[in-house]
Amino acid sequence: MRRIHLLSVVFLLTLVGLSVAYYKYSALGFPLTPDRETETWTVEAQIAVNPGTAPASVRFALASDPPHYTLLDEGFVSRGWGLTTQSSDRQREAVWTKRSPEGNQTLYYQATVYRDQEEIQPSSYPGPAAPPKLEEPLKSAAESFVEDIRADSADIQTFATLLVKEVNASRPNENIAAFLKPDANETERTRLAIRLLAIARIPARMSHGVMLTDEGRNLRPTTWLEVHNSRRWVPINPQTGAVGYPRQFLVWWHGDQPALTTSGLEGVELTFATTRNLRDAMETAQLQSTIAESRLMDFSLLDLPIDAQNTYRVLLLVPLGALIIVLLRNLIGIRTFGTFMPVLIALSFRETQLVAGVVLFTLIVALGLAIRFYLERLKLLLVPRLAAVVIVVILLMALISIVSHRLGLDIGLSVGLFPMVILAMTIERVSIVWEEHGAGDALAQATGSLVVAAMAYLVMVNAYVTHLFFVFPELLLVVLAFTLLVGRYTGYRLTELFRFRAFKTLAHARRPTPPGDDR
Amino acid sequence: MAINWPITPRRLKELGVLGMNQRNGEFIAEMNARRYYPLVDDKLLTKELAEEAGLHVPALYGVIRTTHEIKHLSKLVGDHDEFVIKPANGAGGDGILVIDGKQSDKPLVYRKSSGRAVSIDAIALHISNILAGAYSLGGRPDVAMIEYRVQFSPLFEKISFQGVPDIRTIVYRGYPVMAMVRLPTTQSDGKANLHQGAIGAGVDMAGGQTLDGVAHNRHVTHHPDTREPISGVDIPGWQSLLEMAAKCSDMTGLGFLGVDVVLDRDLGPLILELNARPGLSIQIANGEGLRHRIERVDRHVDHLARDETAAERAAWSRENLAPMNL
Repeated sequence: MRRIHLLSVVFLLTLVGLSVAYYKYSALGFPLTPDRETETWTVEAQIAVNPGTAPASVRFALASDPPHYTLLDEGFVSRGWGLTTQSSDRQREAVWTKRSPEGNQTLYYQATVYRDQEEIQPSSYPGPAAPPKLEEPLKSAAESFVEDIRADSADIQTFATLLVKEVNASRPNENIAAFLKPDANETERTRLAIRLLAIARIPARMSHGVMLTDEGRNLRPTTWLEVHNSRRWVPINPQTGAVGYPRQFLVWWHGDQPALTTSGLEGVELTFATTRNLRDAMETAQLQSTIAESRLMDFSLLDLPIDAQNTYRVLLLVPLGALIIVLLRNLIGIRTFGTFMPVLIALSFRETQLVAGVVLFTLIVALGLAIRFYLERLKLLLVPRLAAVVIVVILLMALISIVSHRLGLDIGLSVGLFPMVILAMTIERVSIVWEEHGAGDALAQATGSLVVAAMAYLVMVNAYVTHLFFVFPELLLVVLAFTLLVGRYTGYRLTELFRFRAFKTLAHARRPTPPGDDR
Repeated sequence: MAINWPITPRRLKELGVLGMNQRNGEFIAEMNARRYYPLVDDKLLTKELAEEAGLHVPALYGVIRTTHEIKHLSKLVGDHDEFVIKPANGAGGDGILVIDGKQSDKPLVYRKSSGRAVSIDAIALHISNILAGAYSLGGRPDVAMIEYRVQFSPLFEKISFQGVPDIRTIVYRGYPVMAMVRLPTTQSDGKANLHQGAIGAGVDMAGGQTLDGVAHNRHVTHHPDTREPISGVDIPGWQSLLEMAAKCSDMTGLGFLGVDVVLDRDLGPLILELNARPGLSIQIANGEGLRHRIERVDRHVDHLARDETAAERAAWSRENLAPMNL
């Protein structure tokens, strides 16, 4: 019963810890490893206006919720112009206005986007398209064209692909030749495709976007076709009929209208510039989750002030050190001075580095012990003796720092970061064990403590581990679960296999009488 | 020399050897309610309890609770030249000072069990360290007990060196399950501590005879200092000794208990201390794991119609828990 209880608690903790971490990793894009960079794009729309004398206004469609991409950040540069943004259903707009513009000017809009989804999000079916009103004989020509394609296609997607291919064929089907001027541009062909799709009652729309290229200048928007397959809008290349957007295509706006509508201007020109940048993956994930308004992020350590963050970077490692102590003590059976003293020593090794840390620690404890044995001869009371040891330890630390600095060894300076009270207590414990149980026991336990501290240090200093537990502190629930599990481990410790090895040869250690024999 | 490989966990399990984790998790945690711990951790309480239960303990000469009481030491000791000073809450036998006799009156100098002289000032310092908590768990302030120095019986004289041999019995659910005699050696510096090289000799539960011993986890048949065979020593009054141990379990309410008894020349068996976390070396000394015996007790107790008296339990153990394979 207790076992089931424990196992369910362990299971629950692991589940919660891992699923929160997985959500943060997969949905919010938090990197599993440190120093990961993600690719972001900066897209700049440049609107060159040549105003007249009348009050001018410029309406500009803004990208909103583009497929595959997430908008991380945006900004406007438009000196002297009034700016408002408004959004109608599925389309955002910026409106610049100025009463008396003078001379050529350029308005800028800058957006940072980040590709984060491979799938296009589903959207509700807009209902069947209304067929266009056509005069005979065009109507029957179009209908028979559509019938031909329908016969060859399996579903909406293949239908649209075939249709687009026909529209772009070098020698178009005679039935649609009438609809098509030989020199029709891309937008006109797309418009035709939408009308023909409407005859088959398939909802279709135009989309416009920018090809993201590194250091791209003077880019013009490209037109694309989207058909709704009753689950989501499927992009179709209006020239080749290929399904899907190119990897670096950023959809800017939808519909058969220009991105810009202006009044009171004599000339206007829209171009785009794009640049690729690498950005710290952490930063991107943070921005993204703020945009996604994830409740989880209200409880993130990343929102704390930097110095508090740094404290937690270290603090979050203590549970890990504690887990290592648990493993080494309960599974291996190493004896240490004080239960968690090695963790504190390991934390100070973070500053001194391992080898120097071990050397300095051994040095101070050895010197401290020598002094402690001398103090023993003076027959001091306990608390004054402890205080004397603390004072001596601090003096020793200062001495080591000064000497090593003189010798040009900067590492000796970091000795000041050792927890001196812990050191003093350690010295006291070592000396009592030394007196009561002999030097062997004392040295064995001191070595054990150092080994455990070194191992805890090696885990705690690992960049991946530090990063993982700081970004995904919920993983501590998994550590907790594992610790609880070890807490019910009642098997042998590794050292006991050595301790009890006399049983291999003990003459009378034979097989016991089988159970059940109650005599 | 062939490498002494470790034993496999499977074989250990087969032998029913109890490991530290199992002892802590399945026996101490399950059988020993934490509220009873002070009864055994505080030796002063244990002593009072034992006296109430009519069990024999070394007589208490006095208790020193504060630093200014230290000067009353000689008044407490009276005309006893031999006495023992121990911390009431000492862990693992730490901080025990055994005074063997008076060396001179002026200045007042005593003699330690090791033969070394110790002045009254040094004793006072030792006591003040005890009071400050130098030997207690967690460094809590403690009190010092001054008590009767056991005149150990000549029984084990031939197979021990200095110090006081003691008899450790493990009592499970009120039934003595295993016992050993701890014999000091030169190496253990007169201490009955197996870690330091004292010999642990198994004891036959049926008759109370010593078996072969173990030192440093190795099988030994003779005492290294006296060269005398360890096995075959009859412990007198074995039944009453086991009864004492069984009663300790009743009086403390602990289901998994170590009882340390010394044999006094004049006073017979005296309870020295109780231990709520008895060590596991007793298994090596007896060459047998505790588990099989514990299971036997479980089966027996589960079929009992009424609780048995300490005498009945001791008798049952003698009959049923003798080394099953000798």
